[in-house]
Amino acid sequence: MPLSLLFASCLLIAALAFLMGRGKAFKSAGGDIRKLHSLPGYYGWNSALMVLLPSMAALVIWLAVQPLVINSSVSQMISTQSVEASSLDLIMSDVRRVAEGLNKAVEAGAMTEAEVSGATAESMNVRERLGAVGVALGSDVSNETLQAAQSYRDLSATSGLLRTIAVLALALGGLVFGVVRTNKDFRARNTVERVILGLLIAAASIAILTTVGIVFSLIFNTVEFFKLYPAADFFFGLTWSPSFGGGSDLGILPLIWATLYISLIALAVSVPVGLFAAIYLSEYAAPLVRSVAKPLLEVLAGIPTIVYGLFALLTVGPLLVDIFGSNGVLHLGWMQGGTAVMTAGLVMGIMLIPFVSSLSDDIINAVPQAMRDGSLGLGATHSETVKQVILPAALPGIVGAILLAASRAIGETMIVVLGAGAAARLSMNPFDAMTTVTAKIVSQLTGDADFASPEALVAFALGMTLFVMTLGLNVIALYIVRKYREQYE
Amino acid sequence: MTDAILPNVASAPASATKSRSLLEVDSHTRRRNAAETRFRFYGIGAVLIGLFFLVALLWAILSNGLTAFMQTSISIDLHLDKAAIESAEKSVVKTSKYNEMIGAALEEKLTAAHIETGMPVKDLMKILSSGAASTVRAFVLDNPDKYGSTVPFDLLASSRVDGYLKDRVTREALANDKNLDAAHLDIVDAMIKAGVIAKTFNWSFVFGSDASDSRPEQAGIGVSMLGSLYMMLVVLVLSLPIGVAASIYLEEFAPKNRWTDVIEVNIANLAAVPSIVFGILGLAAFIQFAHLPQSAPIVGGLVLTLMTLPTIIISTRAALKAVPPSIRSAALGIGASKMQSVFHHVLPLAMPGILTGTIIGLAQALGETAPLLLIGMVGFIASNYPAGVADGFFSPNSAMPAQIYEWAKRADPAFYERAWGGIIILLVVLMSMNILAILLRRKFERRW
Amino acid sequence: MTQMPGTIKAAKMTDTKISARNVQVYYGDTHAIKDVNIEIGSRAVTAFIGPSGCGKSTFLRCLNRMNDTIDICRVEGNIDLDGEDIYDSRVDPVQLRAKVGMVFQKPNPFPKSIYDNIAYGPRIHGLVRKKAELDEIVASSLQKAGLWNEVKDRLDGPGTGLSGGQQQRLCIARAIAVSPEVILMDEPCSALDPIATAKVEELIDELRENFTIVIVTHSMQQAARVSQRTAFFHMGNLVEIGDTQDIFTNPVDKRTQDYITGRFG
Repeated sequence: MPLSLLFASCLLIAALAFLMGRGKAFKSAGGDIRKLHSLPGYYGWNSALMVLLPSMAALVIWLAVQPLVINSSVSQMISTQSVEASSLDLIMSDVRRVAEGLNKAVEAGAMTEAEVSGATAESMNVRERLGAVGVALGSDVSNETLQAAQSYRDLSATSGLLRTIAVLALALGGLVFGVVRTNKDFRARNTVERVILGLLIAAASIAILTTVGIVFSLIFNTVEFFKLYPAADFFFGLTWSPSFGGGSDLGILPLIWATLYISLIALAVSVPVGLFAAIYLSEYAAPLVRSVAKPLLEVLAGIPTIVYGLFALLTVGPLLVDIFGSNGVLHLGWMQGGTAVMTAGLVMGIMLIPFVSSLSDDIINAVPQAMRDGSLGLGATHSETVKQVILPAALPGIVGAILLAASRAIGETMIVVLGAGAAARLSMNPFDAMTTVTAKIVSQLTGDADFASPEALVAFALGMTLFVMTLGLNVIALYIVRKYREQYE
Repeated sequence: MTDAILPNVASAPASATKSRSLLEVDSHTRRRNAAETRFRFYGIGAVLIGLFFLVALLWAILSNGLTAFMQTSISIDLHLDKAAIESAEKSVVKTSKYNEMIGAALEEKLTAAHIETGMPVKDLMKILSSGAASTVRAFVLDNPDKYGSTVPFDLLASSRVDGYLKDRVTREALANDKNLDAAHLDIVDAMIKAGVIAKTFNWSFVFGSDASDSRPEQAGIGVSMLGSLYMMLVVLVLSLPIGVAASIYLEEFAPKNRWTDVIEVNIANLAAVPSIVFGILGLAAFIQFAHLPQSAPIVGGLVLTLMTLPTIIISTRAALKAVPPSIRSAALGIGASKMQSVFHHVLPLAMPGILTGTIIGLAQALGETAPLLLIGMVGFIASNYPAGVADGFFSPNSAMPAQIYEWAKRADPAFYERAWGGIIILLVVLMSMNILAILLRRKFERRW
Repeated sequence: MTQMPGTIKAAKMTDTKISARNVQVYYGDTHAIKDVNIEIGSRAVTAFIGPSGCGKSTFLRCLNRMNDTIDICRVEGNIDLDGEDIYDSRVDPVQLRAKVGMVFQKPNPFPKSIYDNIAYGPRIHGLVRKKAELDEIVASSLQKAGLWNEVKDRLDGPGTGLSGGQQQRLCIARAIAVSPEVILMDEPCSALDPIATAKVEELIDELRENFTIVIVTHSMQQAARVSQRTAFFHMGNLVEIGDTQDIFTNPVDKRTQDYITGRFG
């Protein structure tokens, strides 16, 4: 039975269970719902949940386990010679493709079931026959692959049948159990609410699962990478020159350097502008000015980063070349092309202005009015109050905000992909093109890279480095901000 | 207590200040006030710099992007000769025959308008988009009843000609261009005078699909918009219920223990994890491990869901927190269970806030590019409309920001105009979403 | 300075320090202070009493133009300090506040060291040229505020680490350090316990010899204990002003009498 039909029948059984459970509860109370422990709907839901929970759980587990089991049993059929010649992954994906093709051929009526099970590579040109039903294969199918595919098909079919039986049996069993348990004294509401609470907890745990997923996918592939490439060379290498033919230098230092350089420029732009804007808007501006300027500045935060990337590549970069390039107005010749550390840093700084300003604004507003009154009451001017009382009081919060901004800058991708350049370089000149950790993650994982090569896997090691760096900054920053908030609460 | 020192308090400088009249401002105060004024101007300067950047950004977007919404086309009258069409369909390179037909019609049109070309038809055809032949062919195959009649066509001009009409391409720039030269532009000038060539609103940019590197004039963002839409559906369907459920648990039910603390810190940190890391997760978990189809909106939607969840949870919790405890007590007081008090009373009251937060989260997800690049939603894969709804979720597609990135990477500057134009559309969508959120908040805002 | 503390009659209006005529204060559309006329004597303690919301704090904040910091607040009428109109356009509120210091309801030490809290005023007003001078001002201010013995060993410690009563005396010391002529106190003891309150009251009584003090209080007992003159505010009006003893024993106005006898408040 196809998946969708199985799912639908489970729902149908659940609906039936709902009606039966509710009906039985009604009857046991003699039609007087005041005698029931819970509202009738709860009895219905209780029975329906008894159907859905076990059957859906079984279905999900089955779906997760079935491919693993079938894969391992089929892959035993592949001889070691073929594995050495190619790779098990590639052969298995061929097997799956052939098996799917055979299914399709049977469905379309191009082959009979008997033909498929009796086929050998000698007796039938599988590639041609499957091509006729629209399944293109890269190469001719070997006998081994064909047999594996046939057994894959058989196993899938058997397992599909077993799955249907198991799931339906659980659903029906749940129906019986749920309905039998129903009587007027049964505490249906409590059971239903317990299940709902379980679902709520499951939802809350997804956040944990996400983190676990991130950590696992990074660690797993990073370990793979370090098997192929020495970790010391990665962390301390001074050159980055991947070549997909092999023999690459994959030192992270040039990337880290550019990442930090760009972030530094971004912070040099965004921190003073953002901080002063926040001070002006929260301490000086008339309510009307504040109500107009604050949302306008925050528009900058709502603009997607791809827009900033394009702005860097096509507007700011050429503009900077016109000023600092060899034919520029200053005749300095510092800048060769539009993409450069300065371009990306400047544009990223613009992007971070509202980030810094709205965080600082919150923090400055959290400083109690009594501090301002105390200072003004002594005859301090407003700016003296800001500089000598409010900013020192808000300093931890502002430091936290700047750390968060730094973490943003380090993890930002699109601006550097488009604005910073593609060549890794260790240079002090901010007008040189350089490339960052995030930009290289993108370039190593897009395109037709072999997933098992160090040149592709290095992206995970880069991702791991990035994750650890930003996580560290975030944890420290959030801790500082939290402590700061508590101080004035 | 301390009487002994009192007479000495008013030391020299202090008493000097004291004796002075309030009506004269002393020099020290004047200096302080100057510092005050300077400080205030730094603030104004900072705000103005921020606003200047905003204006510069918007100006760059509009000045570069608005032209993408107009497209140059050439109107010709094509006689659909049945014999010619049949012979074209039999040949190997079908479009070349159609090209001959179009070339003849174009030449005819120019002669009728008294325009001297002085170049072979093959050269003249460079004025037209190289996709013109397939446009005609598609029309012919769809309308067999039109055989034998003469049909007016508005065929796209090539991107260079389009750029010339939009002042992007100059005669000097064509000196090294093998696609077009100055002689073509003379003809184009004459065609403008004769009214054969004109700019019209570019519907195919808004609703069309991406085109190959050599035909920027045909590229449109419609298909990738649909890709974005499918992703947003996935995000909405998953992140709203999960986010609300998680928030309800954390805000209303979670005991204050270590596990809850772990979840809380975790969510705060997830909200600040770089988006590209979510891309890596998507690649490893959904594609490498779960073998979901690459480049499919369903995978993009899953990745963006994980990315948006923390944002939605944070705003939903704020909305739940804003419902006063008295509401909960009132419900509990008349014998409702905790669950009933939350679902019957607290949640409906918090709903406007939750929806606002969700819309803002969706807007954020819609503009996200980096994670999509890693799961392969890039390249000119947005070239065909998906066949149906299931296909829409599972077949390869791009998304608006990824499409814009793709255009920005291409070598032909004609694509840059498309990229800016795509940004205008993206920003219009985002703006509408934010306005919707603001309106929702205005309409349902409640002060307790 | 020759007057003996406690001889209340003798404190009566030797000379006028502050005089207010026809003062009106508006918060947006609300008329918060209605036509107040008052004379405040030099080197004496004047108490403002009245039910909460009567405008006594608002009026106090007019005396050193703290209301300027509130956007919607508007002040009309004349307030003269030593015969000079403090709302004159030529007056810089910064200089005014150096002459008329203020102590607030809740102790609000800056998040700095005790030393820096006291030194803040002298530094911003440029009252000192040398570190030694500053040290002397800090020491003498703390001595006058009766706090010296308690904090002299931890001047570098944070001001926020002191107890509530110590914090409030620190704030008074901070105000004294600028050598003001007038000190305004806005319910300075409302956040303190009775023992700390007694100490602050004792301090106020001592400061009277050198400073003109105006204190807002909601406690009639406190007004009776520390002030020589008392003004009763009600609904934005100044109902009655007179020697403290007279106000409490022999009020002229019915409203004053009702308030003092506890009919409302």
